[in-house]
Amino acid sequence: MIGHFLFRGLDRGVVVALTVILAIGVLVPAANLLLPPGHPLHVPTYLVTLFGKYATYATLALALDLVWGYCGILSLGHGAFFALGGYAMGMYLMRQIGSRGVYGNPLLPDFMVFLNWKELPWYWLGFDRFGFAALMVVLVPGLLAFVFGWFAFRSRVTGVYLSIITQALTYALLLAFFRNDMGFGGNNGLTDFKDIVGFPVQAAGTRAALFFLSCLLVAASLLLAAGIVKSKFGKVLIAIRDAESRTRFIGYRVATYKTVVFTVSGVLAGLAGALYVPQVGIINPSEFAPANSIEAVIWVAVGGRGTLTGAIVGAVAVNWGKTWFTGALPEFWLFALGGLFVVVTLFLPKGIVGTIAEIRAKRTAAAAAAPKPAPAE
Amino acid sequence: MTEPLAHRALLYLDDVRVSFDGFKALKGLSLTIEPGEMRAIIGPNGAGKTTMMDVVTGKTRPDSGEVLFDGGGVDLTRLDEAAIAGLGIGRKFQKPTVFESHTVEDNLYLALKADRGPFASLFHRLGADEAARIDEILATVKLADRRDDLAANLSHGQKQWLEIGMLLAQEPKLLLVDEPVAGMTDAETMETAALLRRIHDSGKSVVVVEHDMAFVRELGVKVTVLHEGGVLSEGSIDHVASDPRVIEVYLGR
Amino acid sequence: MPIIRRLARALGLILVLFYALPAAAQDISGALAKLAADSYADTAAAVVDLAGSGHPRAAVIVAALQDGRLEFDRASKAVVLRTASGVVDAATGAAIAPVPGSLSPVRVNNRVRTALAAAMGALTLMSPDPAKRREAADAVFKSRDQAALPTLEAAIAKEADGRIRAALQAARAAVILTRPDASDDARVDAAGSIRERGDQDAVALLRSLPSDTPKRVRDAAETAAKAVETDLALWSSAQNALYGVSLGSVLLLAAIGLAITFGVMGIINMAHGEMVMLGAYTTFVVQELIRTRMPGLFDWSLAIALPLAFLVSGGVGVLIERTIIRFLYGRPLETLLATWGLSLILQQAVRTVFGANNREVGAPSFMSGSIEFGPLAITWGRLWIVVFALAVFLGLILVLKKTPAGLQMRAVTQNRAMASAMGIRTPFVDALTFGLGCGIAGIAGVALSQIDNVSPNLGQSYIIDSFMVVVFGGVGNLWGTLVGALTLGVVNKFLEPFAGAVLGKILVLVFIILFIQKRPRGLFALKGRAVDA
Ligand SMILES: Nc1ncnc2c1ncn2[C@@H]1O[C@H](COP(=O)(O)OP(=O)(O)OP(=O)(O)O)[C@@H](O)[C@H]1O
Ligand SMILES: [Mg+2]
Repeated sequence: MIGHFLFRGLDRGVVVALTVILAIGVLVPAANLLLPPGHPLHVPTYLVTLFGKYATYATLALALDLVWGYCGILSLGHGAFFALGGYAMGMYLMRQIGSRGVYGNPLLPDFMVFLNWKELPWYWLGFDRFGFAALMVVLVPGLLAFVFGWFAFRSRVTGVYLSIITQALTYALLLAFFRNDMGFGGNNGLTDFKDIVGFPVQAAGTRAALFFLSCLLVAASLLLAAGIVKSKFGKVLIAIRDAESRTRFIGYRVATYKTVVFTVSGVLAGLAGALYVPQVGIINPSEFAPANSIEAVIWVAVGGRGTLTGAIVGAVAVNWGKTWFTGALPEFWLFALGGLFVVVTLFLPKGIVGTIAEIRAKRTAAAAAAPKPAPAE
Repeated sequence: MTEPLAHRALLYLDDVRVSFDGFKALKGLSLTIEPGEMRAIIGPNGAGKTTMMDVVTGKTRPDSGEVLFDGGGVDLTRLDEAAIAGLGIGRKFQKPTVFESHTVEDNLYLALKADRGPFASLFHRLGADEAARIDEILATVKLADRRDDLAANLSHGQKQWLEIGMLLAQEPKLLLVDEPVAGMTDAETMETAALLRRIHDSGKSVVVVEHDMAFVRELGVKVTVLHEGGVLSEGSIDHVASDPRVIEVYLGR
Repeated sequence: MPIIRRLARALGLILVLFYALPAAAQDISGALAKLAADSYADTAAAVVDLAGSGHPRAAVIVAALQDGRLEFDRASKAVVLRTASGVVDAATGAAIAPVPGSLSPVRVNNRVRTALAAAMGALTLMSPDPAKRREAADAVFKSRDQAALPTLEAAIAKEADGRIRAALQAARAAVILTRPDASDDARVDAAGSIRERGDQDAVALLRSLPSDTPKRVRDAAETAAKAVETDLALWSSAQNALYGVSLGSVLLLAAIGLAITFGVMGIINMAHGEMVMLGAYTTFVVQELIRTRMPGLFDWSLAIALPLAFLVSGGVGVLIERTIIRFLYGRPLETLLATWGLSLILQQAVRTVFGANNREVGAPSFMSGSIEFGPLAITWGRLWIVVFALAVFLGLILVLKKTPAGLQMRAVTQNRAMASAMGIRTPFVDALTFGLGCGIAGIAGVALSQIDNVSPNLGQSYIIDSFMVVVFGGVGNLWGTLVGALTLGVVNKFLEPFAGAVLGKILVLVFIILFIQKRPRGLFALKGRAVDA
């Protein structure tokens, strides 16, 4: 059943995308580890980390596309799920520091010692074990998405109202995580990680492995999303997007469908955040900033919402642009990003991949209509 | 409260009242549909016809009154839209609404009677019997050659038919059809009337709201005239057409 | 401690004498001579003399002695003060050019220190500076120094300022209340006087009586404490309400333009906060020009900035509507994204032109300072903003209800097709309405520049709050926006004492999230088919 479900998603575009992602996932670490630094094809470690970051962003974009592109739920708070997954992983990494912190306390992370805390808060218990932390990476964002979705969708909050309250949600979390007494390191967040499942986080080998895992996550998310989208469930999602009340009148519980897909999406975003943190080496409350979440929306819009490969393409393209701009013309980045929002919504509503698909569809349609192309003029 | 009438009726509305911000859209509407009956409902604009359907299908909660289904066994005012649809009440909207970015076939596929739960649909596979059923409906609503086209690209009349096809796919006990022939040519109108009669003949109850008197005449069934949120007159088409009150408020002299 | 009491009594006596014979007491040469005698007893006596002398330099000398900066010349017996820049004569303050070689400090022991403390208290209780006197009175209230009683009484007799006298009397009452050898009647009276003071310290004092205090006194103290607590609770509610209304009016100002663009037109304008920011920067520019060109007009700067801010923000609004938003009507989510992009561009543009730092916007004289209601103080700036917000609100209602333009705006937003069929130029009205909403945001920026940092990020801090207000109040209903803003402001301020500012804000956000789920259309929802679409 599961096999059928996953294979159903494999159309040509998805297969190509999966191949490319997995090839990159293997080749980049290989070029980093196996080729000597002088070699023209050598990929330096900082690039591996950068690409790894893009890969986690791509997963976040996929998660967002699943709810926005296919179900019409424009979440302006997906950064919250990403950050919660990141914090869960960050807590594990903090506990791994052990007595190697500045204060050398074997149990308490540095910031707690600094705040004069005597005991580990109960919600930090268990995070010394990777399995538990991994469970929390899935559970915490998933639970928040589920509870939030359950309330919001059941009371039929839709459209911009939903967008605004998702934004308020991540804003409230931002404010909460800034507080020192929340016990998540306040303003500074969690950082100074040492190792992950026994491997030093800074080592090139670990970086390469994390990169590979990030690519694997993108691939797995893509496979899952494609399976969902191609199933009858996915068709119901599109039906909800196009005519919500009509879907209800033929007997589908719209709120349940939305809650399920929102939760799946929240979990994917959380997983992406969990892989993001060990690669960038820090998680702090600014990840909850509403601006981050809305930036993720533009990745999807640029790539093409409602196309899964588009989400990936958009995330990588926009972030590559961001890297380039912040290096070369830092003061112009916001102009470029702002302009992107305007231009894409006005002139490229289907995004890159969507527009290409449309052009191609038109061409095949034209070819089918006129099997023998008439000579020009 | 529940008289024997309700036990016999498939759909039973008694003294239903609905108001919007003080505006009374339904003022004590009572209506009974027998199992297997086809009923035409006419009435001037704003009479409350669509609101009546909204009440039956759970879109609007009545302020007071009884709305019972299936021999009085089910109180529809307590259920949501999905549950009511699940009981076997299908509805075609006044303004045709189909799923525009789905193909004609997928529109029917989604409407086919099946488990509506999210996990069931996640792992659902289109079976041979379902495919056959879709073929059959496509033939019935004359859309077989448009099967793979997006519903958005259908003409207005074809969308109406697709919507009726979706109603059929749900296999409901009761069909509520709001203005099915608006925007159709005369020939299409007559075909639609024939289609609805066929559906009725297959044993289903049908409630049709329509302004087109020729169409209503073609159906040849009992007619209820609504006016200002209540029943003005009821009977055969000839009976209501000669009722002076109906002539006054609706048909005109 | 008989010595202290004796000293204090002496001090009191001297003080009384001093008031009786002001002229005769000005001479401090005797006291200086005692200081140079290098004996603890003489030094202590000299301190008492100085405290009572009324000499303008008495306080300086006593303070110097306390800090160990008072020295005397063993040879000439001259008393001098060591300051940062050199050595000065104690009596005159004149610098002494070649520093004498044989200086030694005036030594202090515990007895002298006690005398010093009392003297300092006495000197400040009668300091010419009213703020110092009040501080000293409060200090005695807290220390309940029995020795200060005579000084207090003298000071009370002399004090002209009513408020300081009240403080002095409270201090005196505190001393008497805690003094076991005072009569019960006097102590009960004292409890009554302390009640007048009416603050948390008073409650603490009234509750601090030892258990061996006579029951009558303790009961009186307890009654007084209860009364003070009731007063305090009342005042703190009043303060929360007042500050809440103040915050609410800020929210109202920020949200009112949005109530038009989002509430009435249904356009979700994420660049709304940037319209506010543009208004604030307009104020800054106007003030800069006035400062450099016509400083005399400074008090008028806000009045001049208001119409300009309206024009700047409104103009930008019209531009946005014509170039972007009109292509996105009926697609709210796309509008949201495009206007968010615009907000980034506007922020960065302002950052490029004016820099990323906060800009200083001054307050005209009528807005500076504060007024007090009982123990509450509210700045004139805040008060004016309340008035201003209400004025803008009412003005807007009038424009929408009474002017032809307002009529057209409402017509277009209610039924576009019908309005256009009736010959209203709907695109023109759209642009105008959107411009109006943005212009009002600009006006809000003028006011908010008075209480917030004028920086490129100014707008961002208001956008979420503004949406919350409009959605909470009910979309399409201006009165709902008013009620929503004031409610959220007051609720926020009432939560703050329990939850702290940040947690209070989070609670309000969570509350609104839950509220929207219960009533998706807000407090005063419009019903009907229009909203279903
Ligand atoms: N959600 C609503 N909010 C406000 N008024 C409503 C709502 N729904 C219906 N009405 C009003 O109730 C009255 C009855 O409307 P209804 O749509 O039921 O009429 P109808 O008989 O279907 O008319 P038509 O023939 O034009 O379709 C109308 O005046 C309508 O404006
Ligand atoms: Mg109708």
